[in-house]
Amino acid sequence: MTNTPSFVRTQMLDPKDPPITEKGAVKWIRENLFSGWLNTILTIVSLYVIYWVLAHILPWSVGGIWNAESLTECREIRDASGIGYDVACWAVIADRWHQLLFGFYPSELYWRPILALILFGVAIAPILFDTAPRKLLIVTAIMPFAAYWLLWGGTIWGPLVTALGFVIGWAVLTYGAATLGALGATIGAIVVPLLYWLLVAGPLSGILGAALPIGIEAVPSDRFGGFMLAIVIGVAGIVMSLPLGIFLALGRQSDLFIINKCSVIFIEVIRGVPLIVWLFTASLLLNYFLPPGTNFDLMLRVIIMVTLFSSAYIAEVVRGGLAALPRGQYEGADSLGLDYWQSMQLIILPQALKISIPGIVSTFIGLFKDTTLVVFIGLLDPIGLSNAIRADSAWNGIYWELFIFIGLCFFIFCFSMSRYSQWLERKLNTGHR
Amino acid sequence: MTDAQTSAIQNREIDRSHMKVSDEVAIDISGMNKWYGTFHVLRDIDLTVYRGERIVICGPSGSGKSTLIRCINALEEHQQGKIVVDGTELSNDLKNIDKIRSEVGMCFQHFNLFPHLTILENCTLAPIWVRKTPKKEAEETAMHFLEKVKIPEQADKYPGQLSGGQQQRVAIARSLCMRPRIMLFDEPTSALDPEMIKEVLDTMIELAEEGMTMLCVTHEMGFARQVANRVIFMDAGQIVEQNEPEEFFTNPQSDRTKLFLSQILGH
Repeated sequence: MTNTPSFVRTQMLDPKDPPITEKGAVKWIRENLFSGWLNTILTIVSLYVIYWVLAHILPWSVGGIWNAESLTECREIRDASGIGYDVACWAVIADRWHQLLFGFYPSELYWRPILALILFGVAIAPILFDTAPRKLLIVTAIMPFAAYWLLWGGTIWGPLVTALGFVIGWAVLTYGAATLGALGATIGAIVVPLLYWLLVAGPLSGILGAALPIGIEAVPSDRFGGFMLAIVIGVAGIVMSLPLGIFLALGRQSDLFIINKCSVIFIEVIRGVPLIVWLFTASLLLNYFLPPGTNFDLMLRVIIMVTLFSSAYIAEVVRGGLAALPRGQYEGADSLGLDYWQSMQLIILPQALKISIPGIVSTFIGLFKDTTLVVFIGLLDPIGLSNAIRADSAWNGIYWELFIFIGLCFFIFCFSMSRYSQWLERKLNTGHR
Repeated sequence: MTDAQTSAIQNREIDRSHMKVSDEVAIDISGMNKWYGTFHVLRDIDLTVYRGERIVICGPSGSGKSTLIRCINALEEHQQGKIVVDGTELSNDLKNIDKIRSEVGMCFQHFNLFPHLTILENCTLAPIWVRKTPKKEAEETAMHFLEKVKIPEQADKYPGQLSGGQQQRVAIARSLCMRPRIMLFDEPTSALDPEMIKEVLDTMIELAEEGMTMLCVTHEMGFARQVANRVIFMDAGQIVEQNEPEEFFTNPQSDRTKLFLSQILGH
């Protein structure tokens, strides 16, 4: 080639395969583990630390004793076997697993929470996976009332009459729009069911229960405990706090002064006070504000507090998602003539929620783990039960095995939530590339 | 505007048989004023647009031209004066605003397609939810307009998978699916690579040939010369000059217009 800058390509170049050293396991190991002397040392040190930890944990846990009546018996078996190191006494789990899972729920009625859990799995399927049949949404709608009835038992009329309130609200919203206008119907759909629940629902279910006593054995709240309690509080909190949080986030973005300020105050007050304070409020103070004689179930109060608490966090997470959307999306929706709720439902929220998935799931995981705090107001969550089990002289002094079991159960729940959220994020990732 | 682009547009014969301006008023703006805080962006705007008109609005950045057309479908609120679109006055009544928006199509500089919906869903969304068109019918209409903008094969893709020019054509199709009587274009080609500007302008020219009432904020002076029946020059929130394109380009009256034209056409 001469020194002239003139150059004309006559043939375009085809892509070629990379050199052989640039692919495969050898490349991965060299790049990731042994790319320099410092990394090589770090790799060797880390391998040694992992080995050291496993060498201590594995014999202890794998060699654990499953058949024993008490901690003392565990130790006798260990000493008799002549192994020179400590081993786990898993016998406490084998002996008390039902208590850790169900608390003091009557053992002959264990089928009820189990059935409720299975039903819950069916009910949540159409929400989590869009491949699930849409008809399952009927189960989803019935689920809250069915779950309440299965868990607490009693007359079937209570949940049925309560559910009727939602049907009334829906009917007012659908058929009232013609006579009352959209705003009137919305207000009516809130006020009418509230009045119904306050004034009509109680006597009605009493009359129906007296006339046609259908029911199953009632189980009071103080028999609930263990993971069942954690799951009931956690799931109820999660299910209710998401919609509430979304409305709060929209409220905080609203141009309407009163709605905006109410949302801001609610979020800041709830978020600014520790959950444990709210739980004590629920257990102690709330009674002073309620009319004398009202027996408002403690668990219900806790569920409400946990819901309000996490909805404030959800609201802030969702607000982040809303703020991350370009202004053009709002304008695009507006320019097509979509009204506020349509553009929120179809354009803004699907995108904002997608952005917020990691934050929302983090909040849910936090909420689920925070259910252990109810131990301080006397509810028997798994931690509370571990104390109760230890109070038995047979298992006095056993810590690790119980905590590991509890930790493992929590981990399974939280890890599945986290994996689900990652899967959902990948699935919803349609654009921006 | 480079010569290459101008000639690219000019190499096409324009069919003027349907380009007729009637004396029916499409948009009537009188004494309109708008402020951003204390900043007076639009000052005493009077503008009457007749059905079938193709108006190009140009001017330096910050002159209020985008704000003006965004006021027409209430994306921006005006504080004084009157805007009547298709016989409906723009007021604070949300019903009127939604009605006007569904009659007036708009294309944005950054397309504003919905990235979580497919191209087809982008086009059928508003007809289904605002017009209550049955889904099947809405999809047929959408395919018709996607064919018109020459990308029916992309219907099942997501906006993120399309080029800028294709996205803008989808945005035009999306607006057309609502069967608007007026189309607003807010710098539709400003965010595009030169190679893609032509395909979007071609689509706009076709629309003009069918007799659509159009208001375009654009710097494409070749388009203005060929398609517009009126060019409006704005500066500092006011209409400085308006004229037929030939007169406007060859014989500008105000000094401000002369300066602007010399800058935009001089290179």
